Formats: sequence, C-alpha cells, structure tokens
Amino acid sequence: MAEIRKNALYARRRMRDSMATSLAYAATLFGLGWLVLILAVLLFHGFGGLSLSVFTENTPPPGSDGGLLNAIVGSIVMTVLAIVIGTPIGILAGTYLAEYGRHDKLASVVRFINDILLSAPSIVIGLFIYEVMVAPMGHFSGYAGAVALAVIVIPVVVRTTEDMLRLVPDTLREAAASIGLPRSHMIVRIAYRAARAGIVTGILLAIARISGETAPLLFTALNNQFWSVNMNAPMPSLPVVIFQFALSPYEEWQSLAWTGALLITVTVLALSIIARSLTARKS
Amino acid sequence: MSEVALNGTTATTSAALSRASALNRLRLSDVVFRELTRVAIFAVLALLSGVILALIIGSVPALSAFGLSFVTTEVWNPVTEKFGALAPIYGTLVTSAIAMVIAVPVGLMVAFFLTQLCPLWLRRPIAIAIELLAGIPSIIYGIWGLFVFAPFLQKHIQPFLIDTFDGVPGLQDVFAGPPYGIGVLTAGFILAIMVLPFITAISRDVFDAVPPVLKEAAYGLGCTRWEVFKHVVLPFTRVGVIGGVMLGLGRALGETMAVTFVIGNAHTVSASILAPGTTISASIANEFTEAVGDLYTSSLIALGLILFVITFIVLAIARYMLLRLQQQGR
Amino acid sequence: MNMASTNMPAFSVPVAHAGVSMAGLSEKVSIRNLDFFYGDSRALKSINLALYANKTTAFIGPSGCGKSTLLRVLNRMYDLYPGQRATGEVMFDGENLLDPKVDINLLRARIGMVFQKPTPFPMSIYENIAFGIRLYERLPRAEIDARVESALRRAALWDEVKDKLDASGLGLSGGQQQRLCIARTVAVKPEVILFDEPCSALDPISTAKIEELIDELKQDYTIVIVTHNMQQAARVSDFTTFMYLGELVEFGVTEKIFTAPGDKRTQAYITGRFG
Repeated sequence: MAEIRKNALYARRRMRDSMATSLAYAATLFGLGWLVLILAVLLFHGFGGLSLSVFTENTPPPGSDGGLLNAIVGSIVMTVLAIVIGTPIGILAGTYLAEYGRHDKLASVVRFINDILLSAPSIVIGLFIYEVMVAPMGHFSGYAGAVALAVIVIPVVVRTTEDMLRLVPDTLREAAASIGLPRSHMIVRIAYRAARAGIVTGILLAIARISGETAPLLFTALNNQFWSVNMNAPMPSLPVVIFQFALSPYEEWQSLAWTGALLITVTVLALSIIARSLTARKS
Repeated sequence: MSEVALNGTTATTSAALSRASALNRLRLSDVVFRELTRVAIFAVLALLSGVILALIIGSVPALSAFGLSFVTTEVWNPVTEKFGALAPIYGTLVTSAIAMVIAVPVGLMVAFFLTQLCPLWLRRPIAIAIELLAGIPSIIYGIWGLFVFAPFLQKHIQPFLIDTFDGVPGLQDVFAGPPYGIGVLTAGFILAIMVLPFITAISRDVFDAVPPVLKEAAYGLGCTRWEVFKHVVLPFTRVGVIGGVMLGLGRALGETMAVTFVIGNAHTVSASILAPGTTISASIANEFTEAVGDLYTSSLIALGLILFVITFIVLAIARYMLLRLQQQGR
Repeated sequence: MNMASTNMPAFSVPVAHAGVSMAGLSEKVSIRNLDFFYGDSRALKSINLALYANKTTAFIGPSGCGKSTLLRVLNRMYDLYPGQRATGEVMFDGENLLDPKVDINLLRARIGMVFQKPTPFPMSIYENIAFGIRLYERLPRAEIDARVESALRRAALWDEVKDKLDASGLGLSGGQQQRLCIARTVAVKPEVILFDEPCSALDPISTAKIEELIDELKQDYTIVIVTHNMQQAARVSDFTTFMYLGELVEFGVTEKIFTAPGDKRTQAYITGRFG
C-alpha cells in the first residue's frame, strides 16, 4: 500500500510543497529586507548630517547651513495640542462604546464610522480642516494644524480605549457594583485603572502616528521658515520641512531632510516599541 | 440599593440624610459622565459627517462647472481653468493595482511562513519587525523612494523591462521607455512595500484563528503544509483575508506622501507604467497651496471628495468582511 | 492493505494476557519503551503495548493520563508542535514510525484520525471526501464519484446527503459532520483509524450510530479509540488499556478489564471512585 502511494502524484505534491515553502521563505526575506534597507539608508544619510546645530539653529535659507530647531519645536507644540484635544474625546467615546453602548445600534454605527476615520486618507482630513478653519480664518495657523492632527488622534484612541476596556473582566464590574459603586465611578476608578497600560499604549501609538503625518499639515499649518511659537500663524513642522527640503535642488536642504527623516523614524520606532512593551508586560 | 446599605434599623436620621445627599451627588456625577461620553460619540459622528459635508460643499463650484466631464476628461489646465480628473483617478487606481498585485501574494506567503513554517522563537521578532515596517511614516518611504529606489530602478530594472518587452504586442506599450526612474511603477512598488505589513498582519491574525483541530484533521489525511494552507486555512479564512486586502487597498488608495515624491506629477493618462503620472492625493498635496482661483481650489477639493468616496466604499467592504469573519468565529 | 498478515500466527503475545485465547491475532502496531515529552515534562512513561489487527483497542483513564497523547504519537500529530518529542519504538509493519526518516504524510494517510469535534473542511460534502482521495490517486471523475459514494455508504451517511452533495459540509448536524469525517478518513484507505473521543460532542442517538459504525469498520481496519465513557469502551472495544499518570497500568481483553481488573487503580477507576 505504502509503495503504491509513493507514486508520481505524490512526488508532484511533495515538489509543490517544497516550492511553496521556498517561496514563503523568499517572501519573508523580501518583506523584511525593505525594513533593513530603509533603516540602513536612513542611518547612513541621516547620521552624516547629525550635529548639535540641528537642534540649536533654525531652518536655513537655500544654500546655507542651519538646523531644524523651529521645525522640531513646531512639531512638538502641535503634537501636544493635538493630543490634549484628541485624547479626552477619544477616551470618552471609547468608554461609551465599551461600557454603555455595547449592544446598542448607535454604538455599532459609531464603531463603524470610527473604523472608517481610522483609515481615511489623511490628506482628506487636511482638506476638511482647511475648509472649516483655514478658509474662515483667512490664514494658515498652528491651531489648524493641531486640530487636523487631533482628528487623526481621536479614532486611534477610541479604538484602543474600547479594546482595552473590553479586556477588563465583567466580574470586576460586578464586584464594583455589588459594593454600591455607581457606574461612572466604577469606570473611572476601577475600569480605567485596570486598562491603564492599554490606554496609554493607545495614546503613544497615536503620537507615533501623527509625528510622521505630513499630508494634513500641508495646507493647515503650512510651514514657516523662521522661529515661531505663535499658534495663530503658520507653523513649521518636521515632516513638512522634510517634504520641502527633500524636493529642493539644494544639497544642504536635502541633507537636513535626511537628518529630519532619521529623527522622525527614531522617534516613531521608539514610541511604538515603548507602547508595545507596556502592553506586553501586562499580558 | 440604599435600603441594603442602611443595614438594620439603628441608622439615625442625620446619617440617613448625609447618605441621601451623597447618593444624590453620586447619581448626578453618574449622569454627567454618561452624557459626556455620549457627547464624545456624537463628536465622532460629527467628524465624519463634517468631512463629507465640507468636501461636498467645497466641490460644488467645480462639479457644477464641469459636470460629469470632470471625471471623464484628462485636461488639467490652471491657466485656462479647465479641469478634468481622469488622470489622477487613473493614476490612483493603477498605482494601487500594482501595489496589490505585488503585496497580496507576498503578504499571504509571509503570513503562511509566520503561521505554518516559522520556528516558535522566530515568530515574535519577525512579527515585531513587520509591525515596525507598518509604523514607519510615509514620508520616509517617499524620501527613500526618491533618492534610493527610483535611481536604482532607472539604472537597473527599467532598461531591462523596456528591452525585455520590446516587440511583445501589448506589453511593449505597458513598459514603454524612457526610464525616468520616477513614475507609476515606482509609486506602485513603494505602495506595495507600505501595505505589505498591513496585509501580512491581518492575514496572520486570521490564519491563527483557524481551529488547530481543523488543521490537524487535514494533516491527519496526509496533507502537506502547503496543502493544509491552500485547501483548509485559506478557504476557512477567505472572508477575513479579503477584509485585510481591502484594508490594505484603502491605505494604498489614500496614501499621499510616499507617492507624491516618486510619481512625477504629470496630469496625463499614459499606457506605460514607466511614465510619470499623478494620483488624486499627490495632485492635492502638490498643488493645493499654490492653487489660485476658486475653480482650481474647488477642483482639487472635488478630487478629495472622489478619493474619499472610493476609499469609503473599499473600507466599508473591508470592515464588513472582517465583521463577518468575527461572527463566523463565534 | 496487508490482509495477509491478519492470518499469520501471533508471535509476541504478552504473557499478561494469558488465559484469553490470543490465537489468530497479529500485531499491527507494537509500541516499545515509548516515552513522550512536552518540553521537559514526561507525559508518557515507558509504554509497551500491542495493537492487534482488525481489533478495536480502547484507551481509558482519567483526564491528563496521557491517553490522547499516546494516540497522537501513533500518527505523529505531535510533530506539528515544537517542543514535543517521543523516544522509543513504535513498530508499524516492520518500520519504526518514530524514525525521522519516515514520510509523515504517507504515514498519516495509512493511519487515519477522527477528532473529538467534527472537523469538516470548508468545502462541499462531496469535496470533503474527494479532496482526500485526490491527494494520492489521479482518478477519472466517475471513479471518484464511486469512491465518494462508497465512503459515504460506509459511514452510513449516504442516504442523508446524496441529494445535497454540493452543499457545504458545515451545514450538517454535529453527528452527520462526524460521520462525514469518518467517511473522509475511510476514503483515503488507511490501515489503522484513530478515534479521539469521537462522540464527546454528540447527542446519544448520534453516538449510537458512530459506535455501530466503529464496530463495522473493525472488519477492515485496526481501530484505536480514546474515550472518557467507560460504557462506550465496554461496548465497542475488544481490548482495553487503562492509563494513569502517563503510565500504562493495565492492558487486556475488555471483558476481563471490566469484570476482573488486575490492578487496584483500574478497579477504582472503572467503579467510578476517581477520574
């Protein structure tokens, strides 16, 4: 019987299996190769331009040396404001979805809409904020940039908050209710605490996401070649400066663009690794 | 609840009173908190409706000026104020199609590797690396594509493609020179690298959700690992895989920065995928701040509306598929 | 299908089984000094056991005693999971199936398995069965049709599904699904069929049908069944193996194990004092 089965058909199946296996190995190498390649190029070009002046000087005019100070500060200011605006809304909405509206129709609609917002093209968010803020105000501003980023923060935080609150066991909720704790206090004092690491992870991931976002800033915060912390005026940011400098013909600008790209990538990777280790330790 | 807490008849009136006021306070904060979360929910709803409304209102001038011809004409002339969206729409679809043609098989094979072949100790590091790949901001892919990848394609790959397909009917037009480096193919390829981690991550998750006993049953018949994957795992998770692919497609369609760097920004519909082109998002990113005149601005917003409608449909299908898989799993 | 070996005289009947006629039996599978490890923990301890051709052998014992582990050694299902390994010998037609050189796909085609929960593949009823046949044989459509029908008849399912062969296997009831899985296993023409608690997810009527089926299948196959249900073991098996904490405590003719167990632990288990 065994001999009968060791026929040509079986040989072909074996061959197909080893072919598929080799293809899978190749695909994985291909996929991971890009990560290595991109990081290597980034380190190579980025480190070359890295110096103290990057952090102490403002963006230079074409053809001269300078730094990225104003862009870095602008990015930080807008990111902080975006998080300040977006996080409370996101956490509250996520709380509704996980605690109050688990099964109601409204919640499932909002969940769906939030998922759409989560993956909506960020350039469309930029257009939206341009129309509701920049056009009525008559000028580009740091506020508009921050709000555009906040719109990206909200769905990320909503999603992680809901997911993390759902991981809190119902027995804990019942125990809280059994000692007469009202719902809101149970949520704030018990559920939030139990889900804290996860919610913080969500916020970190949101920061990681917006610190590299360029498209929504292009026509909200615009750019500013000079030092400016006036949120009511156009504001520079690292991604937009990279965009502008990389596409320029000036070597100094291109070199600064690579350095900025390295800074952003390191920030984003560090944030996502921290975020991941926060939740990994919990589970 | 209060009767239980009072515990017998010994409670004095004053204690009962303070307890009552405490309960009132609690009840009030309960209502306030609940309403706050409801407000937040409506804020999320308002966001999406706001986006849609703003885009529709903004594109009214362009759409009323050009009507249906907006999506059927190729002309994009700011001087004569004639705008047609065919080139960016075409570019968006073609770059995304190239991205999916590359990323879907590769992503599925990586997920096959991760779930069926990979030794246990290697699974986590590879999974993390792939998630990091997903986290790299798109502008990084853009700058890398412009300075490293496009020159490489121009020098080594594109001349080869042009020579190879020269004289092959049909294909010689698709791979017609000259080799610019930047162009539709380059943009599609960068997009493929960008969506690969999304497709891989979701496929891996849904493959992992296949009950082990089902896989064992297939192995029990004498199936090879590839056969188990092809005949059991893939059909079982089909809905989820389609959901993941659609999610990746949604990303590819709407991706801006990576494409803007390498597409070449030419408002033309070209048969050759080596030629420069443009996409909806790249056009907006490149031209919006420079757009003078209401009609120009409005035309760009109308482009945004079209992009949003396309991605909305794709993402809605993706979510629906993933939701169906979840329910099937229950 | 090695029918010839069935008629060979018994050559290594353990002494412990003396008293019952062992004539006419041949060992299909002989397990010698088998140890099994999950990582560092030893889940099976020096198992020695013979599985006789065309007989049904039941593995019984409390949860965690290693009976399912032992079953999964027989078709090397444990190979799928890193960190699990077996040492010793499991002779199957003169070949040690623990040998890494053994082709496990072919092995599994010869030693089929039916699982605790029904495991229809996500395809039609017809395809569920034809799929396994096509793995090893390239046959014309008509012949496959015939094989599918005979497998379904064998599993006493034909009459219930003959009008909906193109319907999904997932649409059948639990008992029908399990019989579909048996048909699928039979269609590959194995020599041994392993049943891992095949009725634990089924209602009593479906259970009765499956038990009847196992009894019939015995004519052509060597059968091993793991079960929690002692009545079931008593009903369907010719030989019973009682296992406890990874050890084989007692092996013998089913009737003897259930009426006059030789070991106190066996007696305690079958009388319901633990397990």
